Amino acid sequence: MIDTSTPLGRFWAGFRENPVAVAALTMVAAIVLVAVAAPLIAPQDPYDLGGLSLLDARRPPGHVGSGGYVHLLGTDAQGRDLLSAILYGLRISVQIGLLAGGVALAIGASLGVTAAYAGGIVETLVMRIVDLQLSFPAILLALVLVALLGQGKAQLVTALVAAQYAYFARTAYGAATAERRKDYIEAATATPLSRARVVFRHLLPNCMPPLIVVATVQIANSIALEATLSFLGLGLPVTEPSLGMLISNGFVYMMSGRYWISVYPGVALIVLIVAINLVGDQVRDQLNPRLHR
Amino acid sequence: MAGYVIQRCLQAVVVMFVMSVIVFVGVYAIGNPMEVLIPLDAPQDVRELIIARFGLDRPLWEQYLVFIGNVAQGDFGRSFVYATPVLDLILSRLPATLELTLAAVFGATFIGVPLGIWAGYRPDAVSSKTIMGLSILGFSVPTFWVGLILILTFAVSLGWLPAGGRGPTVTVFGIEWSFLTPEGLSHLLLPAVNLSLFKLAMMIRLARAGTREVLLTDTIKFARAAGLSEGTIVMRHVLKLIAVPIVTVFGLELGSTLAFAVVTETIFSWPGLGKLIIDSITSLDRPVMVAYLILVALLFVTINLVIDLTYAALDPRISRGAAS
Repeated sequence: MIDTSTPLGRFWAGFRENPVAVAALTMVAAIVLVAVAAPLIAPQDPYDLGGLSLLDARRPPGHVGSGGYVHLLGTDAQGRDLLSAILYGLRISVQIGLLAGGVALAIGASLGVTAAYAGGIVETLVMRIVDLQLSFPAILLALVLVALLGQGKAQLVTALVAAQYAYFARTAYGAATAERRKDYIEAATATPLSRARVVFRHLLPNCMPPLIVVATVQIANSIALEATLSFLGLGLPVTEPSLGMLISNGFVYMMSGRYWISVYPGVALIVLIVAINLVGDQVRDQLNPRLHR
Repeated sequence: MAGYVIQRCLQAVVVMFVMSVIVFVGVYAIGNPMEVLIPLDAPQDVRELIIARFGLDRPLWEQYLVFIGNVAQGDFGRSFVYATPVLDLILSRLPATLELTLAAVFGATFIGVPLGIWAGYRPDAVSSKTIMGLSILGFSVPTFWVGLILILTFAVSLGWLPAGGRGPTVTVFGIEWSFLTPEGLSHLLLPAVNLSLFKLAMMIRLARAGTREVLLTDTIKFARAAGLSEGTIVMRHVLKLIAVPIVTVFGLELGSTLAFAVVTETIFSWPGLGKLIIDSITSLDRPVMVAYLILVALLFVTINLVIDLTYAALDPRISRGAAS
């Protein structure tokens, strides 16, 4: 039984009514689990060069490798088991998506809420910059930043965060300007609590619902963006082979009909992104106050 | 109104100045172009000659001032890689990108709007639900992946269309165009479809939302009461009423499609601006990077300025609000 007396319980009760969303959420959970457990469940350690044999290179799905092991999804140009490579790639993609989405949420939400609460020059300055940034496509910003910062995991996450925080700032600002006129904020302001405490302990938690919606979408977006940049050769370094890089590596071989090297990592990527977006759609429907009875 | 126009124009100038500084400093702070330009075994005098020729020995602010002075005269310097003036290089690549972008945006509009109107007109039909489901896919599947699948399907498996390049071009008014020959058109088709899918999904959603709203208005009720056929109502009234937001988004998207072309051009080896910028990033061709980024910033600042001023002209409350 679900306890509908808590907000979370009510949320979950509503969520369960949409079978597509439940399936999508199960999928996301399964992928995250698989990604976390990749070193334990992958049939081969794809980056242990000693375990690879060039005799196994570019073999189709079902090929029995020299190690006596069946490559379910085939092998890539180095003779690496593709299934294992995908599991490790998912691990990196999920990690980058969560990291970039989380940091962008923290920075963007703080900026937006602070701007709404402080008003005046801070509000004008912050929101001007945010609006300006929102008028540029995120992919272009990320591309420019990666070009400026150079390659590497930290640089990539920085670029993704810089390209995405503005969405959170806009959303938090919108929610906070509505929220701050309410009595509880005025009451909190009248008490001797510090301004930071009022902003982060009272104002911010009440702006969370729309931020959660944006966060789901933005995590999917940052995974897609990272894959795109890695595909273009501007994302992660070669030592961090994410799904985008696996797809990019297989692109050359696709022309000669060895489709699996690109296609299977791509399928994994698409399933992940679409599943997150479907969960996001349901969360949006449920948290949108305009759609409530 | 005049005050608002001046204020917005000044803002645009300030933004352009800040962007140019950020881009210039950012680009010139990464990598060391001397390592790229000068062979390791070059004698000292050759080394110094190259450094002096590209002005790499002067302080950064001086390089920036020289750069801005030149840009004002339309001179973006010479490409390190192609050794031709950057502006010429960019202008020679512009038609290819423009052609691709226009094909994608027009295609998305002319296909997406009718589909969206249909989905809004019959919201419960299976066909409408299919259209909307596919539009979600259009939003969430990354462009580069769709491009790969298109190549795999239509170029590798079926062999119907070429996998990349621009094909033969026809020169009209001194500019080369692909779409005027059947061969060129076949090269254009796949990249254009690839680039248009995101816009297509958006146009469908816009047209659907607009249609659903418009169908509930009195205009349509009266048109029906007057006995007009459903076809006339949709073509003459619904289309006219949903046109305003669609035209706005059409204009906005032209700019962002130009930027998104980076991915599509790379996949289909389309010799446009996007491919040029990716190549220049990988080869540290800084003058090209700087010029591209500044031109794109200028493009977006101009688009935003025009939109803001148009809205202000249409809605006097905006300019009054900004003045107070």
